[in-house]
Amino acid sequence: MIKFHLNGKEVETKAPPTARLIDVLREEFNLIGSKEGCGDGECGACSVHVNTLVQNSCLIPIGAIEGSEIVTIDGFCKTEQFRILSDCYSQTGGVQCGFCIPGMVMASAALLSKNPHPTEEEIRDGISGNLCRCTGYNMIVDAIDLAAKKGEGLW
Amino acid sequence: MQPKDISISVKKKDHDGKISGQLPYVSDLKVDSMLYGVLYRSPVAYGKVQSIQLPPLPEGYTKIGAEHIPGANFVKLLHKDQPIFANEWVNYIGEPIFMLVGPRLDVLHQLIENVHVKIDEHPATYTLEHAIQQKDHTGVFAQHEFGESLDVIQAIEQKAHQIIEEEYETGYQEHVYLEPQGMLGIYKENEILVEGSMQCLYYVKNALISALACEDDEVRVIQSPTGGGFGGKEDFPSMMACHVAIAAKVVKKPVMLLFERAEDMEVTTKRHPAKFKYRTAIDKQGNILCMKVEVYLDSGANAGLSPVVLQRALLNSAGVYNIPHFYAKGYALKTHTVPNGAFRGFGAPQSFAGIESHLGHLSRLVKRDPIEYKRSYLVKQGDPTITNGRFRDPVLLDDMIEDVMRTMDYAKKKQEIHHFNQQNKRYKKGMGASFFLHGCGFTGSGERDHIKATVKLAKTEKDQVLIKISNADIGQGVLTTLSKIVAQGLDLRYESISFPYPDTKEVPDSGPTVASRTTMIVGKLLERAASKLKAQWQSGVAQEVEEHYVHEEMIPWDEEKFSGDAYPAYSWGINWVELEVDTLTGNVRLEKVYGSFDIGKAIDERIVKGQIDGGMAQGLAYGFMEKMTAKLGKIQQRSISDYGPPTAMDMVPIESKLYDNPYAGGPYGAKGVGELPLTGGAPAVQAAIEDALEIPFYQIPITPEVIIESLTRKAGEALD
Repeated sequence: MIKFHLNGKEVETKAPPTARLIDVLREEFNLIGSKEGCGDGECGACSVHVNTLVQNSCLIPIGAIEGSEIVTIDGFCKTEQFRILSDCYSQTGGVQCGFCIPGMVMASAALLSKNPHPTEEEIRDGISGNLCRCTGYNMIVDAIDLAAKKGEGLW
Repeated sequence: MQPKDISISVKKKDHDGKISGQLPYVSDLKVDSMLYGVLYRSPVAYGKVQSIQLPPLPEGYTKIGAEHIPGANFVKLLHKDQPIFANEWVNYIGEPIFMLVGPRLDVLHQLIENVHVKIDEHPATYTLEHAIQQKDHTGVFAQHEFGESLDVIQAIEQKAHQIIEEEYETGYQEHVYLEPQGMLGIYKENEILVEGSMQCLYYVKNALISALACEDDEVRVIQSPTGGGFGGKEDFPSMMACHVAIAAKVVKKPVMLLFERAEDMEVTTKRHPAKFKYRTAIDKQGNILCMKVEVYLDSGANAGLSPVVLQRALLNSAGVYNIPHFYAKGYALKTHTVPNGAFRGFGAPQSFAGIESHLGHLSRLVKRDPIEYKRSYLVKQGDPTITNGRFRDPVLLDDMIEDVMRTMDYAKKKQEIHHFNQQNKRYKKGMGASFFLHGCGFTGSGERDHIKATVKLAKTEKDQVLIKISNADIGQGVLTTLSKIVAQGLDLRYESISFPYPDTKEVPDSGPTVASRTTMIVGKLLERAASKLKAQWQSGVAQEVEEHYVHEEMIPWDEEKFSGDAYPAYSWGINWVELEVDTLTGNVRLEKVYGSFDIGKAIDERIVKGQIDGGMAQGLAYGFMEKMTAKLGKIQQRSISDYGPPTAMDMVPIESKLYDNPYAGGPYGAKGVGELPLTGGAPAVQAAIEDALEIPFYQIPITPEVIIESLTRKAGEALD
């Protein structure tokens, strides 16, 4: 039995320790927000926060997260930080097909929490583990830049 | 009240569902007693299947193969050459032979590993070069020839000052839509329902009717929210739909087929690798006297959409130029490799990379500025197209070039670059431009003869308006843009128009979501439907209106002769790229990118700019980053990082500008947008790298390896 915190609640799973976190989230807890784009840790569509750090949930064996604090987009989307990010993504046009976006938002939030006033270069670096094939990234970079300003004090 | 300018951006219809991750894509669906499918794929490129030996299948696991197909064993598209399950001959590595279905994926994968299939291997055609050599005997899916007579060209060549011959090659491009392909087949008493990631609902439906040999009302297709398409979900999903539908019919349970990334990269369609041969005669001043172009496309193992891709490649073989005495011929050729298919631009990006490269090389050869040289050949309004159609509408290209040159201060920039390159040995800067167009809508008479689009608008008793069309939002924003068109026509709030994900049970065939046709063609029909509904509007009454495609007669298109107007309208673009090359590593770093576009009228400026940004990123990367290769018929790049699409670190802000040039045949003046922005990226990158290094290149992608090799060769030549 592995216990951890999921979106603020204490939960436990009987999944074998080698089960991937993404599968446990999607199959056992029915949290569909983390998307699987590659299963290889290359695309970032399954990004979640593990103890406030952004990580690919497809690379994490569930056994490694005993006692950790996991936040997924499904929980994060109820926060004020999310509301700001969502507005900013909408205003700049950062969402097209949407498949990378939940992961991108988790990466955006982790970046801003660590660095509330990032430069353009730092934003690009901060989301470089998250692939997007639709936008060419610029509107996403603009969204994060805007969220840093609009969410002043929140990060 | 003054109607709102339709270009003003609105919040997208699907924003909230997507950004919260709660909008379910097909892989997020779970249905009671759902089974999974895993395909057994051919490990050889060309051969005859001798025997299939399965491991013992546990209870609940079933093999689905060609023997279960009620109808014909091919995926209905253009030719009847793509089997649903290859039960006799296999024609490429990865071709599906059968599928195992069952409740657990891990068990299925294990079973597949223990399958033994004996295939008698035959000598295969692995490369385009090989296919070109044998094309007079075998392996031609389509060919066309048109333009100036060869006698005239020969006479001109005899008097020419010089004849320049060049060959040019472009590689595969992989879509890398973030959502891998996925399809769910659901068995019902009177109906097979297929739901999944797709661009073309009626392509899928027609393929299912053929495969299941059933009536129109026995199959139903629903589009799931689709995580990117770019053409990759145009023709390919039809095959997967056949797989899950046949399986669901056999086991009488829902069957889900989801590709993993490696599988998706190895077996789904890609952009056709191409080879071009140019032969151009010039006079003493460097003016072009005549030009011959040969185009060869590697279609892969079956025809698929290749005949149509070839048409677009040929139609763009002279670029945006009025070349005197132009002749072209082209072939779509068979190789025993993964079938290639639709990819944003549909043959045009290859052709533009080639012709832009060739004209750039000619200008350098005759010591003229490439921009000035190309500008002297730009087509103008009223000019003939290379198929003797007409550029009927205003062509703003030259003004757009002038404008961006002023913005960037071209002469000064050129000087700065020259100065920098004189001061620096290791790093070299360069600047390059590309000029291009995109013919909007289906080629030739496709809309009139094949698609015959129908749209419907329904109004409920509560005066709610519903859009009923088969076009798919794949990220390009049509849920939003088409709703805006209808709202504007009805004087309603955009938010009050509903546009559910299409379901063939509810919507007529408004055609596939391809060819930059959705806004221009379907949007126009919706604009007309809206004005019809407005005229008969009765509050509190349920109403429905329908509109059908009406062909605007131009110079009739003759596919045999390859002559006439191939498109009703053209969108135009120019790209400028400034970059820096590290001559030690061969790395290229983008510095500044400009894109100017005439797409008629933007239906939503932010959405159009999103298409520009994303399309240009794909186009730029096609020129110098994204490399996919096949070795003995096997795709070598099985992961995203092996392939190398751009990350946020590789891209720079794009300064884009739109030029209003409303087209009467489009809704509120709009023309096609989707494909155009990809087309100019690669040739602009190439021109800029050539400017930086003063070396001509004859291929894309120009990877660091290609750069280092060329620099080494140049250094060697200098020593000689």
